[in-house]
Amino acid sequence: MTQAPPKYNRSKIALWILSALLLILFPACLIIGSVNIPFNEVLNILIGNEATRKTWEIIVLETRLPMACTAMLAGAALSVAGLLLQTTFDNPLAGPSILGVSTGSSLGVAIVMLALGGSIGHNLGSYVSILFGALLGAGIIILTLLAFSSIVKSSIMLLIIGILVSHLASSAISLLNFFSTQEGVHSFVIWGLGNFSGVTFERLPIFASLIIISLSLSLLLVKPLNALLLGARYAENLGVNIRSTRNKLLVLSGILTAVVTAFCGPIGFIGLIVPHIARLALKSSNHVVLLPATALCGAVIALLCSLISVLPISSGVIPINAITPIIGVPIIIYIILNRKRILYFN
Amino acid sequence: MSTPKSAILTTNNLTIGYRNGKNETTILSGLNLSLNCGELVCLLGANGIGKSTLLRTLSGVQQSLSGDVYINGKKLSSYSQRERSKLISIVYTDRTLAGALTVSELVSLGRHPYTGFFGHLDITDHKIIAHALEAVGMKDKANCYVGTLSDGERQKTMIARALAQEAPIIILDEPTAFLDVASRIETMNNLHRLAQEEDKAILLSSHDINQSLALANGLWLLRNDHSMIEGITEDLVFSGELNNLFADRDVAFDASIGDFTSNRSFQKQISLNCEDGLLKRWIINALQRDGVGISNDMPNNITATSPHEISINGTFVNSIREMLDCVRSL
Repeated sequence: MTQAPPKYNRSKIALWILSALLLILFPACLIIGSVNIPFNEVLNILIGNEATRKTWEIIVLETRLPMACTAMLAGAALSVAGLLLQTTFDNPLAGPSILGVSTGSSLGVAIVMLALGGSIGHNLGSYVSILFGALLGAGIIILTLLAFSSIVKSSIMLLIIGILVSHLASSAISLLNFFSTQEGVHSFVIWGLGNFSGVTFERLPIFASLIIISLSLSLLLVKPLNALLLGARYAENLGVNIRSTRNKLLVLSGILTAVVTAFCGPIGFIGLIVPHIARLALKSSNHVVLLPATALCGAVIALLCSLISVLPISSGVIPINAITPIIGVPIIIYIILNRKRILYFN
Repeated sequence: MSTPKSAILTTNNLTIGYRNGKNETTILSGLNLSLNCGELVCLLGANGIGKSTLLRTLSGVQQSLSGDVYINGKKLSSYSQRERSKLISIVYTDRTLAGALTVSELVSLGRHPYTGFFGHLDITDHKIIAHALEAVGMKDKANCYVGTLSDGERQKTMIARALAQEAPIIILDEPTAFLDVASRIETMNNLHRLAQEEDKAILLSSHDINQSLALANGLWLLRNDHSMIEGITEDLVFSGELNNLFADRDVAFDASIGDFTSNRSFQKQISLNCEDGLLKRWIINALQRDGVGISNDMPNNITATSPHEISINGTFVNSIREMLDCVRSL
């Protein structure tokens, strides 16, 4: 990390490696699981041919393919949300789960789920209301953060406020749990563990289009994002309308977080760590390359988590939230310990 | 001067301060200022007197309480934010999170008001960026990361970014605040040269009296009674105006060294005969540090012809240190 002149190839190489990892992990997620299905069979199923066994077809098309797609999209969405929040709040430790956006979504979901009393069936109506609840919850948290950010200038203080607000939302969730039915609590707790298997093949298009639209919109903001690297005052002098840019960024990160939370549960750490991994890999904070790389890297990490979650062959699926801290915490500690040598902190 | 410089920024009876609901706190009032292209102007004044507020008001970040700022004869408030970004570039001392950008990437952010939706740089932009880097002497470091730079190099990079913004006016809030002496002098010299070579109107606030007096084409002095006087260094030195900068403080402007010194009284006085101006200056420095003042016709006297030939009441010593020991025992 010292004096060596940056090589512009570095970002290209990093993007290639990430793409390669994606191309390895995605099929791996289709092959590996409680039943291992040979690669050529998976290929056959994907291109629409008959598989040797009918069950393999069902497993791949109805379980593994939607799960891998969900993981990929959710990882990209959470990571980009984290990047947008980190740049907006000028704080490398911001992220959807730390600032309470995820918890806000959870509260929204909890209200809907517990109100329905565990009868969250598989009808579309209940999914839409859960999504609505998540968006509303995330929106309230983001509005709170916005209101505080105009009073509290220090980003550390804002982070602490985010954590506190997140605790408030958690306690509201606990209270709701206390007063609700057994079934309601059960389905909420299961949802809260986080998993990528909740999006069925039929719902994948809604999930995917919401996320792809939001990701595309965030790509349109790379120019003001780069100006924000200099801080709000410089960005303003460069002609960036701070208020409207900040609002757009917060709304986008709120939507990305809420959609993922509604479908997959509150997934921690990915939004916080992936932007760091991407910056370290690229050795750049230039959002023109950083934003796509963050999305790609998020997809890779989420696929990896998803793959790990199905590894214990017989005993079912490990909750995603049991895996993300194992990957996330060492990375955050590494970053904190090395912050003096990490370029983007200086 | 052959042609009179053209004023690019003027103010008309400007009053600055803060508006908090219905309460107005006036900081400075009745300001009629003008800033010319090709000139470096230094804004001097004590902390808290309103330097930053004035700079913010002149750059349009903060609203005036009354009166107006004009740029090219048009009210500053009538320009859009984007138009303003092409007229005034600002250099702050804020720490940034731009360490993982290269120097040229950071400077290229100055092209922001001119580039399209995705910030794509064309050949003209690249030329302007290269020129800006050259102008501040950072061409060799163009591909280095900002995070690896020294404070002085960082400041140069931020100035290059301001140049790339191609605004006729550059406003800097204490650009030398965190720099060591060498970088301070380099930065000030750079700015002075840029004002002339690039025909920029450069306004900066500073606590570096010495460099400001040496290099500013004009000084704006904020007196401690919240009034302002404008002029060139030498006129202000001889009119005694500089003493009004810190009139209520225990310092005085020493015109012979062009800086402020402690305003102290001495219990012990001594006469000094010394022809060599430089030697005299440093002997006085040593004596005053020891609490000894210089005055004519005192019973004790010092005669110095070189740093190694000093006599105190006729006794010869051969260094200034020994002279001090001797004076202490008087």
